[in-house]
Amino acid sequence: MQNTETDAQDIQLDAPLAPKRTRLEEFWRLFRKNKLAIAGMVFFILFFFLAIAGFGLTRGDNPLLDPAMVRLQDKLRPPLAKPNLERLQANEIPRLGVYIFGTDDLGRDVFARMLQGSWVSLTVGFVAVGIAVLIGIFLGGIAGYYGNRHIRVGQLLAAAFFIVGALLLVGKLIWSGSALLIGGAGCIFISILMKKAAKAKTKSAGTRFWYFNTISIDTVVMRFVDIMLCFPSFFLILTVVALLPASIYNIMIVIGLTSWMGTTRFVRAEFLSLREQDFVAAARALGLSNFRIIFRHMVPNAVAPVLVSATIGIATAILTEAGLSFLGFGVPPPHATWGNILSDGQRFIFDAPWLTFVPGIAILIVVLSFNLFGEGLRDVLNPKLRERN
Amino acid sequence: MISFIGRSIVQKIITLFFVSIVSFLIIHLAPGEPSQVDPMNPKFTREMVERFRTEFHLDKPLYRQYLYFFRDLFSGKTISWKDNQPVFKKIWERFLNSLPLFIVGTILTWTISFPVGIRSAIFRGGIYDRSSTFFAYLLISIPGFFFAYILIIFVVNQFHVPVIGMETFGIGDTAWMNRAMDRIWHLLLPSLLGATGGIAVLSRYVRSQMLEVEGQDYVRTAKAKGLTPDQVHYKHALRNALLPFVTMFGLILPGLIGGSVIIESIFAWPGMGRMAYEAILARDYPIILTLNFVSAVLVLIGTFISDLLYLVVDPRIRL
Amino acid sequence: MADNKALLSVEELKVYFRSEDEVARAVDGVSFDVGREETVCLVGESGCGKTVTALSVMGLVPIPPGEIAGGKILFRAKNLLDFNDSDMQKVRGNQIAMIFQEPLTSLNPVFTIGDQIGEAIQIHQTATQSEVVERSQQLLKDVGIADPAQRLRDYPHQLSGGQRQRVMIAMALACDPDLVIADEPTTALDVTVQAQILRLLDTIQKMRSMSVLYITHDLGVVSKIADRICVMYAGIIAEQGNKDAVLKTPKHPYTQALLASLPNREKRGQRLYSIPGTVPNPAYKPDGCPFHPRCQHTIQNCSEQYPGMCDYGDGHHARCPVLFEGGKGNWCD
Repeated sequence: MQNTETDAQDIQLDAPLAPKRTRLEEFWRLFRKNKLAIAGMVFFILFFFLAIAGFGLTRGDNPLLDPAMVRLQDKLRPPLAKPNLERLQANEIPRLGVYIFGTDDLGRDVFARMLQGSWVSLTVGFVAVGIAVLIGIFLGGIAGYYGNRHIRVGQLLAAAFFIVGALLLVGKLIWSGSALLIGGAGCIFISILMKKAAKAKTKSAGTRFWYFNTISIDTVVMRFVDIMLCFPSFFLILTVVALLPASIYNIMIVIGLTSWMGTTRFVRAEFLSLREQDFVAAARALGLSNFRIIFRHMVPNAVAPVLVSATIGIATAILTEAGLSFLGFGVPPPHATWGNILSDGQRFIFDAPWLTFVPGIAILIVVLSFNLFGEGLRDVLNPKLRERN
Repeated sequence: MISFIGRSIVQKIITLFFVSIVSFLIIHLAPGEPSQVDPMNPKFTREMVERFRTEFHLDKPLYRQYLYFFRDLFSGKTISWKDNQPVFKKIWERFLNSLPLFIVGTILTWTISFPVGIRSAIFRGGIYDRSSTFFAYLLISIPGFFFAYILIIFVVNQFHVPVIGMETFGIGDTAWMNRAMDRIWHLLLPSLLGATGGIAVLSRYVRSQMLEVEGQDYVRTAKAKGLTPDQVHYKHALRNALLPFVTMFGLILPGLIGGSVIIESIFAWPGMGRMAYEAILARDYPIILTLNFVSAVLVLIGTFISDLLYLVVDPRIRL
Repeated sequence: MADNKALLSVEELKVYFRSEDEVARAVDGVSFDVGREETVCLVGESGCGKTVTALSVMGLVPIPPGEIAGGKILFRAKNLLDFNDSDMQKVRGNQIAMIFQEPLTSLNPVFTIGDQIGEAIQIHQTATQSEVVERSQQLLKDVGIADPAQRLRDYPHQLSGGQRQRVMIAMALACDPDLVIADEPTTALDVTVQAQILRLLDTIQKMRSMSVLYITHDLGVVSKIADRICVMYAGIIAEQGNKDAVLKTPKHPYTQALLASLPNREKRGQRLYSIPGTVPNPAYKPDGCPFHPRCQHTIQNCSEQYPGMCDYGDGHHARCPVLFEGGKGNWCD
């Protein structure tokens, strides 16, 4: 490409060429065409700032909008109802002077609770997906880049000793567990000793056994993905969340730890194809380190599909959290989440439908905007689809 | 061929072994204990707790517990901690309840999403395509429980039909016609809800497959032969676009057991999902573990079937 | 220009591709004829509009984003652009057939060869199943495939690249078309196979007395098979005429440059000529003559006025007034 450009300059091409666009401009030009994706992005940004504002407004001992303030005199008021000023004490009167989304069965302000819940949704979505993406890039990258290397007998033995030893320790078998851990350390020691022997031209039978290739790294990682995919995901999340103490952090971690498989597969596939491309071969021929090749040359090229799956993953994580809250698991009660507002409201579905519809529609809009935004990104970033348009 | 099957079976058994270990560890290493042996539970005296612990091997080390559990599982002797019923019998009963939901849901999913997806691929960019795309995203994004409430309010208000449970309470004496109609009404809503997500996702997938194939050179060849648009779309393009879906037949299988916890809870449908939910609440480990194991088996059988189906339908793959 | 003997006559064809903010003028006023039993070669670099021209003759330009912005395509004196879809289907494959560039991807992978050839016969002709099989076997034999009965049951992936291209040719011949459009049919093949396919096309053309519109960027191929040549550049015809006239006495700087960049015996040891610059983006073509930024004979007028066709007699035309009779050429048609 560069060659022809210099050629063209040599003879002073004054022909009107196609306008030069940076990658970002080109991206934006294509993305702009997709009205749904633009709408998704706008809502995405709105939701982002709303959640941060919600966090600021509802936290602390005396928040501006108190999501936990119980006013039994004002229970189940419809949206936009004025508070009952005669029966409320001065400190109970809502700051806004109106219940924008009404009140629930304890007279709590649904608007304040929604704001508090938006922060939960946002953090659950981002942290869970962050965890999943990090694990996914790490495992997928290893499988894709080092996939055809094999684990040697020595390494396998050491790993087996360590894992079984750790398990035995957890299973309260202190002595045998410790013995195995020491065995694992011994394996590493032997490996260090053998390093010299392995370089010699004639290897002894022991060395050859120690360096015998067993399974490839790719197999290990991808079988692990297969194993994780065998669990029905919502059931698994439900089980773990139910067994662990109720806390929002546990939910984030559990959702993250159970949803990295897709990213791993993407990244691996992307790395496998990138590894074969000429610019990676060129980088290797220049003698760059593996680390530099992976992070400077390959990760930036693999980032597009990861970004897309992360955006859609956030939507899924928000839905999962809402489902868990709905079933009564997860964030402990006084704290509001969109799921538990809806879950509390289901008893009054015919009397106070806003308790169902306000959080329901909020979840719908946020998840929809994330999905549309993500799909829009996918369309623009996928070169195969781009050519067609 | 034989070697492929053999290799694949061995591989799946190894995977299953690891799945069993992982699920066992997740359950047993999580903090907290089953309510029957919780020392804080006032319903049980210290002696009862001790007896329970010995009876269910909870006093043994973890690897012994693992061996005991799977010995019992394969000899079919596992029993629920809650009511001492055999686990397989309980699962089978609930499975029979979930089966109609699953069948109706699957039929709805596959019969609706294919025409929708194919049509929007053929008329891509048109009003039909754009509106079906938007509806698909709407259905993917709507929380199942919220959608369930909207539908319940709608159906109850419009048709005055009760929809909770598997049948209306006390309807057992009326004519079979009424009973059948009643069952169908009760079945329709939950299975439709269970199918919405599937319809949306599958129709999008059908559309993108179809678009992918329509851009291929052989579709242009077919047009150049002078075939009518219908022949081009439904013979040459569709036949190729269908290949990946044949394999998806195998992947439906795990849906048999997954059920939907949320939908079955809302509709008080005594199916597998609800049983799983109850078992989790009661920390009934044998049921949780067995369900997990059975569903892992179904996933593996499903992928195996889909691999085999691919071999059958795609002439390019020969072993 | 319209010759009564011409089987196909393309007049001032314009095909544009519209996107939101650009109009790519892929074919921008192209005229040429294909006479009966004649082989016409459409030559040019990639992206010059050859394939789009061929596809518009077949009525296969995707609309939208493409649109036929003007001109006529007369086939047996009837304008194909006026035909509706079902009329066009009767022409495609029956009277005009097309052979594509990539035999690997142009055959449907899930149908057998027999299915795909048989289908081509059955669309346009009524024949019983056994007649179809018999004709398919005969076609495969004609294109030089051994053991046709067996091959009919094979799937495309079981054949080699050359065999697949033979199958494509057999498919194109299924209904005895009057005109075969071959779009770089040998580009994806090995040189030895390429020669075989060219010879095959030649034999079949003589045997069946068809006309061939052959699209290629390879001047070597052109010199072997063409009766007449049309040289395309950036959506226009730069030069056309009989093979010898165009190849031996080229009258357009682009044709001259193309020929100069070919290796041959006289030039052994010398550095090969290469045309400076690149083909313009079809959405941003220069004003005046589209070739002027890369041309050695550019004068002031070249960048201002669109050049007209200059007639050298005997059907030889070139769109370069600068080289015509000492620069006295006409600047408008």
